[in-house]
Amino acid sequence: MNKEEVIEIVNNFLVEEFEVEQEVISPKAPMKDTLGLDSLDYVDLVVIIESNFGVKLGEADFVNVESFQDFYDMIENKIKAKA
Amino acid sequence: MEQRRVVITGMGIYSCIGTSLTEVKDSLYKGTSGIQFDPERKAAGFRSALTGMVPTPDLKPFLNRRQRISIGEETEYAYMATREALENAQIEEGFFDEHEVGILYGNDSVSKAIIEATDLLREKKDTALIGSGAIFKSMNSTVTMNLSTIYRLRGVNMTISAACASGSHSIGMGYLLIKSGLQDRIICGGAQEINMYAMASFDGLGVFASRESEPEKASRPFDAGRDGLVPSGGGATLILESYESAVKRGAPIIAEVMGYGFSSNGGHISTPNKEGPATAMQRALSDANVEASAIEYINAHATSTPVGDANEAKAIHEIFGGKPPVSSTKSMTGHECWMAGASEVIYSILMMQNDFIAPNINFENPDEDSKKLNIVSSTLNKKFELFLSNSFGFGGTNSALILKKFNN
Repeated sequence: MNKEEVIEIVNNFLVEEFEVEQEVISPKAPMKDTLGLDSLDYVDLVVIIESNFGVKLGEADFVNVESFQDFYDMIENKIKAKA
Repeated sequence: MEQRRVVITGMGIYSCIGTSLTEVKDSLYKGTSGIQFDPERKAAGFRSALTGMVPTPDLKPFLNRRQRISIGEETEYAYMATREALENAQIEEGFFDEHEVGILYGNDSVSKAIIEATDLLREKKDTALIGSGAIFKSMNSTVTMNLSTIYRLRGVNMTISAACASGSHSIGMGYLLIKSGLQDRIICGGAQEINMYAMASFDGLGVFASRESEPEKASRPFDAGRDGLVPSGGGATLILESYESAVKRGAPIIAEVMGYGFSSNGGHISTPNKEGPATAMQRALSDANVEASAIEYINAHATSTPVGDANEAKAIHEIFGGKPPVSSTKSMTGHECWMAGASEVIYSILMMQNDFIAPNINFENPDEDSKKLNIVSSTLNKKFELFLSNSFGFGGTNSALILKKFNN
């Protein structure tokens, strides 16, 4: 799976799950504020990522995630690590 | 302590005979059954695949994602009923920021939510993959925890779990809190999930009606040919309020709660007796300070089981004699279980508002107990102003409520 595919899948489920317009998602935008995430929403992100990519995230994986780009990169790294 | 009058200023209903007060009133008048045959239950190994069915409401226009993923089936129905009740009570959402409102709601199972969460755990073997909404759907207090959050309620907040008397006790307890001056307004009601998981082990007891080829004839309370109940569900909400509060805000007053009686059988876990229900009815009469002869209609608990209906008929006859009209609306709705005590008060108020008594459909042949009662088998056009509603449940919990048409 290449970087573009990861971004497309992630953006699609974020739009679907958090009911936001596609336009608000840009690589440099702050993910938490843009999506209005609270602590419970991170639980659901773990579930969705596992179901889409087969990788399990923990709390520590989100520590350095601020922008959407950070999120894409983190997922890509987890996929590579699993492979 | 000064005792305050307690009135009802709003009602909402989401049931198998209609998803609004207007629809339900029409069904009650026409004697329409909401019972269906569910092939999924048959395939799953149910002895009786009959059930009341309600549509799944679309909540997206009303609730955000976080609110929706925390609520299960029973709360969806309760929410729809509560929307209608608040609208009729002329209470808008901003009201809750300015006034303390409580919630006491009847619910006694969350089977589907627990099974879904458990299935996920077994499949994934990781609790982190169950999702954030599951815990809030998997607790018995799911209805009150969610509705109190959605409406930002700041008063009393708890679920009443008392088997098939849950909804009735929620009204009774709300009445006591308002009467004593501890609360001014409480959202009361009952909710019941309708999926097959909630009813599988109940079906296993062999107490469900067997007449699968004629679903609308299967629930036949008091009839000699009855052979069991039909499970059902939905949501029913009533807004209870002190008379002073209702008058102060110019609310429409629908009815007055006059009396509440409760008791416990002190006997078998599932087989009811006569004495417990009779005690609850006597206490309700005493609390309402009315004679038995003043009751103009009795909405019976009668679920269509052989022993339960017989014992209730004996208890009613002992206290009220054979004169007052009696019907069990479960003949049309099936047994709405945790919701039934609340929904049946709404059904009775709808009759009282519209001058009729809904029929106990399928009452064709009386037995030795029911022949002594005045059971209404076809719609009776009749004005009445005072009724009693019975609800009994597993463990021998009993509740009786007396309500009156509101007169200034």
